[in-house]
Parts: sequence; C-alpha cells; structure tokens
Amino acid sequence: MKILVPVKRVVDYNVKIRVKADGSGVELTNIKMSMNPFDEIAVEEALRLKEAGTATEVVAVSVGPAKTDETIRTALAMGADRGIWVKTEEAGIEPLAVAKLLKKIVEQEGPALVILGKQAIDDDCNQTGQMLAALLGWPQGTFASKVAPADGTVEVTREIDGGLQTVSLNLPAIVTTDLRLNEPRYASLPNIMKAKKKPIAETTPAELGVDIAPRLAVLSTTEPAGRSGGIKVASATELVDNLKKAGVL
Amino acid sequence: MATLLLAEHDDATLNPVTARALTAALALGAPVHVLVVGAGADAAAQAAAKLDGVAEVLLADAPLYAHRLAEPVAALIVSLAGDYDAILAPSTAVGKNVLPRVAALLDVMQVSDIIKVVAPDTFERPIYAGNAIQTVRSGEATKVITVRTASFAAAGEGNSAAVRPVAVAADPALSRFKGEDIAQSDRPELASARLIVSGGRALGSQENFHAVIEPLADALGAAVGASRAAVDAGYAPNDWQVGQTGKVVAPDLYVAVGISGAIQHLAGMKDSKVIVAINKDEDAPIFQIADFGLVGDLFQIVPELTAEIAKAKG
Repeated sequence: MKILVPVKRVVDYNVKIRVKADGSGVELTNIKMSMNPFDEIAVEEALRLKEAGTATEVVAVSVGPAKTDETIRTALAMGADRGIWVKTEEAGIEPLAVAKLLKKIVEQEGPALVILGKQAIDDDCNQTGQMLAALLGWPQGTFASKVAPADGTVEVTREIDGGLQTVSLNLPAIVTTDLRLNEPRYASLPNIMKAKKKPIAETTPAELGVDIAPRLAVLSTTEPAGRSGGIKVASATELVDNLKKAGVL
Repeated sequence: MATLLLAEHDDATLNPVTARALTAALALGAPVHVLVVGAGADAAAQAAAKLDGVAEVLLADAPLYAHRLAEPVAALIVSLAGDYDAILAPSTAVGKNVLPRVAALLDVMQVSDIIKVVAPDTFERPIYAGNAIQTVRSGEATKVITVRTASFAAAGEGNSAAVRPVAVAADPALSRFKGEDIAQSDRPELASARLIVSGGRALGSQENFHAVIEPLADALGAAVGASRAAVDAGYAPNDWQVGQTGKVVAPDLYVAVGISGAIQHLAGMKDSKVIVAINKDEDAPIFQIADFGLVGDLFQIVPELTAEIAKAKG
C-alpha cells in the first residue's frame, strides 16, 4: 500500500518567537525553520511500515510558499520516495483549505493510509487530519501511539484523557501522530545527498481547483500578559508558611 | 438561534470541564443546549441539567455512542447542526477529535482552543505554545469552536433544565472500538484539579518519580503532572503531560519539581494562580515565572516539604 505523509514547514521548535510590534503577526524573517516535529514522527512511522514490508511507497506532500521544498527534501532525506509541493503565495494556509488540497492529492495518488502530525507547533490548531478524514469520508485514528495495519483495516492505539483507547479502522484511513508513536531518525549524509535526486512534483491550489481564501480574519497578534518572577525561599518550612499566607493550602 | 455545547463525561459523571466550557458558550449570548452523547448516559445528562444557564439538555443515548468515536458522534452533531449557529466543545481528547470533523463536514473553519470570547464572532486564541495571542473573527454561518477550559471559570449549579432525547443518526460504520486502558486513580483529575504537583527529567527514573512526586501530591490532595521530558524518558504516562502538546492547566497551586521550564511546558501551566518551583539550577527559566522558588536538591527538599505539608494539614 501507498502512504501519503503531509508535512509542514514551521518555525523551529527551539526558536523563541517574537511578536511584531505593530500586532500584525509573528516575526518570520531570518528565523530558523524546520519540519513540524509531529510530522517527523509521521514520516518515521510511514518509513517503518515500508521497512516492515507493509507499505510499498511513501510520498511526502507539503503546502506552502518558497522554500517549502526544503521541508519536503527533509522527508526525502529521511527516506520518503518522492514529494509533492502545492505551491502557494503565502504561508499560514488555514487547516480547512489544506485539508481540501490534500483531498485532491489523495484522489490523484490513491494512498491506503495518510499519516499526519496531530498538530502544528505554529498555529496549534489540531484540525487538518480530522478535516481530511471528514472530507474523504474516511475513518480517523487521532493522537496515535501505535499503528498496526492488518488485512483491510488498521488498528490504532490512541492517547486519550486518562489513558489509551484502541480502535480498528477500515482502510483507507487517516492517522495523526502523538509523541510516543516513535522516535524519528536523523537523515544520514549519504541519504541527504540521495534525496537531492528524488523527484518533487509541483502543483498549485488553482490547478487543483481549490479556493484557499482564509475564512477567519486575524485582527491582531499580541504578546501574552507577562508573568514576573516572585521570591526565593530558603527552606520547605518557609515555603509552607508562604503558601499558607497565599491562601492555597 | 442557539448554541450547542458538547458535554465531556463518562456516562456516569459529568466532567467539570463542561461547566467551564459552558461559561464560554454562554458568553456568545444565545440560549445554550448541552449535548450528552453516550450509552447509558442519563446520570451525566441529569448533572448537565443542573448547570446554571443551560436552556435544555439533549441526550443521544445508544450503544453506537458508547465510546464516543469521532465518526458517529460527528455525524450526530452534523444532523443537529441546522438548529444552531455555534457548536462548542471543551478541548479534551474527545472534543479535539470530533469537532474538526464536524467543522469540515459543515465546510467551516474551526476556531481552536479559545481563551476569551471578545464578541459572539470574535475570539482570542493562543498560537506558538501561548507565546502569542491571536484575535480572530469568524464570519462562518456556523461557528465551530473548541474551548481551553482552564481559561474560563465554571458555571454554577442550581438549575433544572429539561432533558430531551434526540434521535440516533446514521452509523458511518467506518471504525470499531477494540479496547481501552484507563489508569485508575483516586487523585483529582489533572485537567480540572485545584492543586497540581509536576515532575521533570531531574527525577531521573520512574521509581524516583513514584517515590518523590506522588507522596507530595497525596499529602496535598493534588493531581500529578509531568513535563514532556519526563514523559519522553518514560518516568510518567503521557496523559500526565502538561504543556503545549499535552494538557493546559490553571490550578490554584502548581508545584514544578525538577522542571527547567521550557517554553512548551510554560505554555501549559503559566496561568496557574501560584507557581512553586524546586530546582537545583538557580538560573532555570522556571524561576522567572515562579511566585516561590526553592533552589536545591529536590531529593532532599521534596520529602521535607511533604512532611511539612502533612504536619500543616495535621
């Protein structure tokens, strides 16, 4: 079976972001960008299924403006077979529009499984996988900590409040990844070199016939209310006294 | 028109986050109907009917809804959606799973994880792990919204709204429940706890986590949380994780033990009323937001603190 893995280019996990003074957004010029960490887990899971002989091909797809191909190239260096780049003018395409674009790609490619990160660490929406499942009429196994394909189905263990839930989904299906699913590999130098020769097909929202105009108007982006440090105490006794005074004990 | 709020519950009891999400739903200004979806969920529906401000409780009770799987629950909500101009759910595992599916089926863009209702169509929501706050306006015909419940006070109790059964929607028959493994605990639930003790990587092992963090939590009557680093290292289960990709909490007291304070962790707890940090590194970022900091060896300090609290509670 073929696996499609959508990946997103986001501000690197370790970067402390800055809000623009005029409230128009977050400073993205000259900022280190990386693949969304949950998407790395998605790529890794697809590669493991291929290495186990379950999957035949892993296709990485990304939606975004210039340099988005770098993120697709990262997936290829990890081991994905080829890439698809849906080129846009702007970054920050809303999850509903991304899901509509991905639906078109799924219809072209015919994967049995689409594995996505559960949430992107920039907009923190946690929507795209569920929306894609809805648009395709497919089942969804979100927040996966284990993925076990069987004949015509896939068993997904999900991280839920209070513990784990296991569901069996008819294939084709959507899976979104949680942290404990796997530990993604680093791309080796030879594989980075090899990835340069792997193909990345390009398309656009217009070619796919999808309207990506935003549905939500962002009125402003501001710094959160600050919180300043308090005092240092010297002992457990002093701490308990202070907590009593603060009325929390 | 009216607002529909999906209740969080386990059939027998209503989760307190529902009362918090209700406060957000009421802020939209329209009558609020609470939807209880389950199998044998009458007790949860009766509890929802007691919440102040609820106009009506809708009860969808059928074996199909026993485990609140996304496919049948989303189909049910879509079957009811025509009567509502807003559909809300708390940002729980169920809400986060189901609502985006509903939004896409209705062809609307969801507003995730709101922390404030500015106007019935305008909301504040955190992005970048809470390091920026976006104000967004939705022009969608049906607003689909998940609510970060830590940011809203709980609605009171004293109501007796009517409970109305609703028809079961068609079963999409795409998925089946196979099993679940839910940890049994007498401790308060993390998402709604008044007191929380969290441990980080400095604990060093699962045994230490158990031996150091849990007695302090039990002395306080607190829930137990953990940093992502502690979860990744296998010291604590994933559903204890506090942070950007785990649970977001705002208890009266948050005690961070051996947690350095990565921005992703702070995103999950910085709205706590009182924050205590215990860490041997006096430059750890956690001290920049802690009300009370204690620099030193947690393996010495925490047992002392546990004894002091046991004494204080006498």
